[in-house]
Amino acid sequence: MELLIFYPLAGLCVLFALGVVVSNSPINSAISLIGMMLGLAGVFVLLQAHFIAILQIIIYAGAIMVLFMFVIMLLNLKGKGEDDKWRSRDKNLLLTVLSGLLATGVLYKIIDIINAGDFNSPALPPETFGTVREVGTILFTEFVLPFEVASILLLVAMIGAVVLAKSKVD
Amino acid sequence: MVPLTHYLFLSATLFVIGVAGVLVRRNVIVVFMSIEIMLNAVNISLIAFDRYMNLHDGQVFSFMVMCVAAAEVSVGLAIIISLFRNKPTTNLDEFNIMKS
Repeated sequence: MELLIFYPLAGLCVLFALGVVVSNSPINSAISLIGMMLGLAGVFVLLQAHFIAILQIIIYAGAIMVLFMFVIMLLNLKGKGEDDKWRSRDKNLLLTVLSGLLATGVLYKIIDIINAGDFNSPALPPETFGTVREVGTILFTEFVLPFEVASILLLVAMIGAVVLAKSKVD
Repeated sequence: MVPLTHYLFLSATLFVIGVAGVLVRRNVIVVFMSIEIMLNAVNISLIAFDRYMNLHDGQVFSFMVMCVAAAEVSVGLAIIISLFRNKPTTNLDEFNIMKS
């Protein structure tokens, strides 16, 4: 039953991810990326990570993609200019072969890991697994220091973005 | 119940698509989006392992990954804007102000 939900979601994610890489105009890429984020949110719900699924929609599909769209509109990228001719690059074949090699390596390693461990018979998780309360409790007890460091990181990033976007590069 | 392998295969596929995008595309914004795809692919792995081992650590970690992604996007797009102001193109091959 879950497989029936998983396969369409996974296929949608992969198709949209390919759309990001293949499409010629950055706006189409951004819209494909939003589709991929939403599909991934569905996958997270399937994995009973409800909190992360909601965060995925709010942060990625909401905030980050709005930022991308904003920059694309601001720079007025039409998608038909010289910048987007990516097939003409002579190194492309080599790079594609390299990423294919990476793919086979990663898949081989995954099969290795699966054969070594016993992950395929998971214990049934409790009813509250992945809820905001569960994740929040662990976030504010065991991982409170990384959480605070993350807030400092976001502050630094905000200041950095303001400074960078204000100043001129010579 | 979906086997863990399926999630890992999905994760690996998305990661490799992201790598291919970074290597092949020359538009700086599309390269940036490919990096986002890679971060998301890693999140799938984290959450899948987390679910299959009945822990919450993976979810917290993927939360951190999201924080880092947000920070990275804000700074990166600011860099892109200031580069674009300096030279109106988004082609990565033309950005060589650090070379000479």
